[in-house]
Amino acid sequence: MKYVLMFVETEEFARSLEAMGELEREAAYAAVMRWFDEHADRITHHTHLAPVHTATTVRLGPGEPVVTDGPFVEGKEVVSGFAEVEVADLDEALKLARSWPACPVVEIRPVA
Amino acid sequence: MRTPVPEEVLVRVVREHAGRLAASLVSLLGDFSAAEDLVQDAVETALRRWPAEGVPERPDAWLFTVARRRGLDVLRRESTYRAKLARLAWPAPAASDDRLRLIFTCCHPALSRAAQIALTLRVVCGLSTAQIAAAFLVPEATVAQRITRAKRKVAEAGIPYRIPPQDELPGRVNEVLAVIYLLFNEGYLSSTGERAEARDLVDDAEWLAALLVNLLPKEPEAAGLLALIRLHRARGAARFDERGRLVLLADQDRGLWDRRAIAEATALLTRAARAHRRPGPYQVQAAIVACHAEAAAFADTDWAQILVLYDLLLRLAPSPVTRVHRAVAVRHVKGPEAALAELAELGDELERYPLLHATRAELLRELGRREEARRADERALELTANPAQQALLERRLGWD
Repeated sequence: MKYVLMFVETEEFARSLEAMGELEREAAYAAVMRWFDEHADRITHHTHLAPVHTATTVRLGPGEPVVTDGPFVEGKEVVSGFAEVEVADLDEALKLARSWPACPVVEIRPVA
Repeated sequence: MRTPVPEEVLVRVVREHAGRLAASLVSLLGDFSAAEDLVQDAVETALRRWPAEGVPERPDAWLFTVARRRGLDVLRRESTYRAKLARLAWPAPAASDDRLRLIFTCCHPALSRAAQIALTLRVVCGLSTAQIAAAFLVPEATVAQRITRAKRKVAEAGIPYRIPPQDELPGRVNEVLAVIYLLFNEGYLSSTGERAEARDLVDDAEWLAALLVNLLPKEPEAAGLLALIRLHRARGAARFDERGRLVLLADQDRGLWDRRAIAEATALLTRAARAHRRPGPYQVQAAIVACHAEAAAFADTDWAQILVLYDLLLRLAPSPVTRVHRAVAVRHVKGPEAALAELAELGDELERYPLLHATRAELLRELGRREEARRADERALELTANPAQQALLERRLGWD
């Protein structure tokens, strides 16, 4: 089954990343790269999104669509990237998500 | 003419066979949702016909025949199911493993707790939507929706129908035990006169725990939970007086306790502890209840031992609520002042927990601080929604 793992950053996570020293931050990035390497056989596609300030949202409804600045959820949690994986079932996807070394929330959604 | 079949016999027979039938059908059809619909249909047919016709000699085969016939009707268009159903014979093989898979699927952590409970009661125990709704005092439509959503999530999110692999098993067993424990608590705490039907949940919980002990003989926590449930039940007759009011442990008529059941549950616990030497929260909680159950009179309670067990429980499963219960043991070992000091540390965290205030009230009354005690009881009364607890507090405050 194909799933998308959506990596969700929280404000707290962004702050702690900011507070890190150079070496610490490099180690954090290295952990993420290692995770992608380790699971390369199951990851079909992945990407990191540009920061929140670049987001634009179109709200479709009756009348003209409304275009607004910012991500679709006004909030403290922001999807910062995603990976598409091909695994047997939800348990395997959960296992992958549990080993994710970076931001604290991962949403798992099957690809329809 | 046959004598009518009592309701509890029907419930027992259905519970004994519905899960087994569901398990065989899921493994055969590979479709959780379709299998569950067939089982529910067969169960509903049985509940309609057995009261008049009597329970058939082989209820499992009877349910199976109805499910199979119904399946052939419904799935006539779908040739793969038809071929599979045509080959299906009863008894189906490897039923115990299948039932374990069924329980793990119903209690998958990707489902909400409410969904896990509803699905387990429905699929493993064979309860109808109406019975589940009555037990939890929620509208039937809510339960139906919960079950439909849960089944859809199992199918569409790719929740596997299998026993988890060894490295994930401990966490997943805990999930199952938590569901059974919640079921038990819901039935036990609400077992007052007004909600007599909720007592069935205690039956279901005990039955599920016993099933789990059979299916997972190497899991001491399953035995611990079963012992815990049985120890509580063995004292059930003394929990309410003739007017249906809650009676506190200290005031209970211990002559009403089922001594044989207590001895059996304690033996089960000891066997599990000796064989596996892996203590866990359920085993320790059961050991605490066993200490109370073995005391011939309240004055004989081995509080020192209970305090040791609470310390162990807090190490295994830290919880402020457990610390409130521990404070009662502290009271009997070190006196009311020491117990009050323990509770004072929990005041902020558990401000909205009625038992904290009720326990404080007892300690304050003992120390002669009557005005503070009354205020604490009033606060507890404000916070509890349980009618039996409300009645008890009102009696203590002299309101009835």
